[in-house]
Amino acid sequence: MDFALSEERRMLVETLERYLRDRYPIETRHAASASENGYSREVWEALAELGAVGAMFPADAGGFGGEGEDISLVFEELGKALTVEPFLANLLGGTALALAGGQQGLLDNVIAGVTTVTLAHGEPASRYALHHVETRAEGGRLTGRKAVVPNGDSADHIVVSARVSGDVDAPEGLGLYLVEAGAEGLSRRGYATVDGGRAAEITLENTPATPLGEPGQAGDLIERIVARGVLAASAEAVGLMQVCCDTTLEYLKTRKQFGRSIGGFQALQHRMVEMVMELEQTRSAVMLAAASLDAERADRERALSAAKNLAGRAGRMIAEEAIQLHGGIAMTWEYPLPHFAKRLVMIDHLFGDTDHHLERFRNFA
Amino acid sequence: MQIRFSPEEEAFRAEVREWLGGALPPALAEKVKGAKRLTKADYELWHAKLHERGWLAPSWPEEWGGTGWTPAQKHIFEEECVRANAPRVVPFGITMLGPVLIKFGTEAQKAHYLPRILDGTDWWCQGYSEPGAGSDLASLKTRAVRDGDHYVVNGQKTWTTLGHHADWMFCLVRTDPQAAKPQEGISFLLIDMASPGVEVRPIITLDGEHEVNEVFLTDVRVPAGNLVGEENRGWTCAKYLLTHERTNIAGVSYSKSGLAHLKRLAAKQKSGGKPLAEDPLFAARMAQVEIDLTALEIFNLRLVSAAGKGQAPGAESSLLKIKGTEVRQEITDLLRRAIGPYAMPYVPEAFDEGYNAEPIGPEDAMPLAKGYFNMRKLSIYGGSNEIQKNIVSKQLLGL
Repeated sequence: MDFALSEERRMLVETLERYLRDRYPIETRHAASASENGYSREVWEALAELGAVGAMFPADAGGFGGEGEDISLVFEELGKALTVEPFLANLLGGTALALAGGQQGLLDNVIAGVTTVTLAHGEPASRYALHHVETRAEGGRLTGRKAVVPNGDSADHIVVSARVSGDVDAPEGLGLYLVEAGAEGLSRRGYATVDGGRAAEITLENTPATPLGEPGQAGDLIERIVARGVLAASAEAVGLMQVCCDTTLEYLKTRKQFGRSIGGFQALQHRMVEMVMELEQTRSAVMLAAASLDAERADRERALSAAKNLAGRAGRMIAEEAIQLHGGIAMTWEYPLPHFAKRLVMIDHLFGDTDHHLERFRNFA
Repeated sequence: MQIRFSPEEEAFRAEVREWLGGALPPALAEKVKGAKRLTKADYELWHAKLHERGWLAPSWPEEWGGTGWTPAQKHIFEEECVRANAPRVVPFGITMLGPVLIKFGTEAQKAHYLPRILDGTDWWCQGYSEPGAGSDLASLKTRAVRDGDHYVVNGQKTWTTLGHHADWMFCLVRTDPQAAKPQEGISFLLIDMASPGVEVRPIITLDGEHEVNEVFLTDVRVPAGNLVGEENRGWTCAKYLLTHERTNIAGVSYSKSGLAHLKRLAAKQKSGGKPLAEDPLFAARMAQVEIDLTALEIFNLRLVSAAGKGQAPGAESSLLKIKGTEVRQEITDLLRRAIGPYAMPYVPEAFDEGYNAEPIGPEDAMPLAKGYFNMRKLSIYGGSNEIQKNIVSKQLLGL
């Protein structure tokens, strides 16, 4: 048992941390968020250059990481900087390419930062149900609607889940397909998200698509792709929580009222301690989830759901308390903290919320 | 990062488990499992078994009879003992006083007291809290006045756990009431409980049990040689004792066995014709506490791992204490609720060995409500959770 990072991973973390600290101040992030694509292509390419994209994929898929710990470390750093670049989209889309195989050239370009991919899986009626897919695949063409696709408005390539056979909620009968952004019959309505990101509603009408793997057999693949998404989102939450806690602590030490630092008031001290305690609990759960990513299914899914449940529960608590302990300043757009808090709360809306994962944890007992 | 135990550590676990299987009398394990009252002889028997194996004092250096284990080994050992339903080792001599003597005692004190702790000659109790000094321990008033080669001690100690079995008490006393700060006038004294002027009176706790006591000290003459460390520097010993050996402060092993018990109960109990474990609300409560416990266990192991690298656990162990007691209390709450109306019957004799009357309701129901009330102590003792938050605020957060 040893919780220390390997030398390679420590260097990756330091490299990412340094770049984001020096080159990605909150103004840069806001400007990227407000730009047409909702992120900075320059930053994306620079981070790919530093190896942050490659770290998300294993060596046999052209990357140099791909284990749970690689993914969680990258996303924790991304969270600390409130990064809007399309890491989650490319983790999901790239993992689909890596697990299904047969698209190594494209995946190499994703890892190099020259092209982008996303996963269009959720649908208007699916909520958090893992295998709810109404989109149909017939004769190599797709028809249906996909909801809140991360960076779906700007991705060059889109991996789409579609049903070959079976009921809308059946894990059987699902396929994954690669679709070009400009494909015939594909339309997308891009929009901003409340946490500063971008997403899209995507409509497919008899759109030509290339099958990834065996059509009809993608149910398990989707679960393993989403597993990486759950881990990434939970780890990002840890980074966001860290910033919320650090910022709030600093504020308690500097803000003066009634002639003293407000951090001298025990009512606020104890709330701050609870925030830090929940952060450490979530960090611990994410460590276990990262270590369990390649474990057998029940262990993997339980550890992931535990992490996501805690990320949701502690995330909401820390976001709300950070705003409350700051007071009015945290209600302003100008102050950075509320943007972290917003992303933290919105993490609960990715891949299943607190209640969803409580139930899932229980079902895998 | 290697989150699992190494093969060597797992081999050690197997060795401990095998030994426990042979050394722990099944009848004693049954008593612990059934939350029966343990007698002085029960504790002494287990103490002797551990001593015989050389595993009694994991936190002592090897030269004084310790084990030389790594923090991970100590953790594994504690985990296995709880899992096997071994009685706890009464901590006052082994876990508390021993390390203080080893750090601050004279050679003569070490040579005299340490072997007697190990072989069970002396049963120790702790004289810290007073009626007016709980969370604010440094405000203690028990007075020791030097009179020739003795101290004369007057005052009152309270919450003295198992003091009615004790031969000796290590005690914080005020030797300089004029000191600039309350912490500066305190000394650490060893008091023979057989001395004239020592009187132990039971305190019956809310669950009807006698485990803690008040100790009255009236003109008790204590040889000056029983002072540990320097006069007026006892607070240093006290703090050392409070921060020492906190790897198991989270009580994760107890929570794990409590949760396993809860799951068995919830599977057996019926609610609306179905097992309680399938009731969505109750199942959600169980899953929630299990997730917290899962995270807590990793949090605990992170600190064990850091301790293995020589990083002394600091205020982080206060976070463990808070979360660990919250989780453990939540589990005792769910245990009580799981059993429904049969949480109510209470027959004091049922907790004694040899009670054979037919159980009222389910066999394992009776200890649950009692256990819930007893476990309220977790967030109060060892520095209340509010005090732990003060410690974290000050030491970890710098507030």
